[in-house]
Amino acid sequence: MNIPYTVETRPDTGLANGKLGIWLFLASEVMLFGALFSSYIILRTGSVEWPHGELSVWLGAINTVILISSSVTMVMAWASLKLNDFGKHRLYLILTFVLAGVFLVNKYFEYADHLTRGEGPWHSTFLAIYFTLTGLHGLHIVGGMIVMGYFIGPGAKMWKKNPEQFTNRIEYTGLYWHFVDLVWIFLFPVLYLL
Amino acid sequence: MHSDAAEIKKSIRTYMMVGAALLVFTVITVAVNQVHLGSVAMNVTVALIIASMKGSMVAAIFMHLSHEKRWIYGALLLTVAFFVVLMAVPLLTVSDTIGTPIHAAPSAAAEGAHEAH
Repeated sequence: MNIPYTVETRPDTGLANGKLGIWLFLASEVMLFGALFSSYIILRTGSVEWPHGELSVWLGAINTVILISSSVTMVMAWASLKLNDFGKHRLYLILTFVLAGVFLVNKYFEYADHLTRGEGPWHSTFLAIYFTLTGLHGLHIVGGMIVMGYFIGPGAKMWKKNPEQFTNRIEYTGLYWHFVDLVWIFLFPVLYLL
Repeated sequence: MHSDAAEIKKSIRTYMMVGAALLVFTVITVAVNQVHLGSVAMNVTVALIIASMKGSMVAAIFMHLSHEKRWIYGALLLTVAFFVVLMAVPLLTVSDTIGTPIHAAPSAAAEGAHEAH
């Protein structure tokens, strides 16, 4: 049995099921990160002092540039499929995957620097919320890389069988990836600058 | 798929421009942070305004929210409402009086009056 409404839109919603599905998932993600941002506000407003300059602004800014660039390459991967250019799509998707990897490598160096100085999440309230927020965000990066890896590898076969469904799948992956970028856009000033 | 090729090519130009604008805003965010704007609250406000502008661009253009179906707008409207409630939860810590000696002031005043006698 075929899964219904993967390409054609449902008459009642005007959407393919996957599109509505990914947006509902992202809505739940907003609440997940929202709860942590809310916790951050409580911890910060309730603390007597809040550290400044504990994190490398440059490393944070470089990671922001990397994630923004990866959002551009991700949307280009989808647009290339819309233009029927699978070769370019593949190039852009691999580029997005690599940029995600570079982001994680930077994050590894940041974490390692803190941990070698004994500054783990137990060290202070600030580092506790910093590791929680960036750790959860990092897990989302890993999740995105797994999905992208699938579409670079075995999942790419669908392009030949059903190009429209494949294009939709890449669009949904993109929606998730832009959300991960969006979260970082707020994490960067909140943790690194303020 | 070929019919909307011109439309997609136009969108690609928009994606590139938005990508460039996001990078410029990142530079502005870092630059503004180097300047003390009078108070920490002012710096926080400016940084969050810039972040909101960047976030809106990602959502509207990259996530195609500028032209989506109403079912998605409906779901997101609910999400925004609950998100606002979530962000307002910290306000409860201000109105929380548990542990605050609310009768301390009147009883101290009474004690003072007693001593005067």
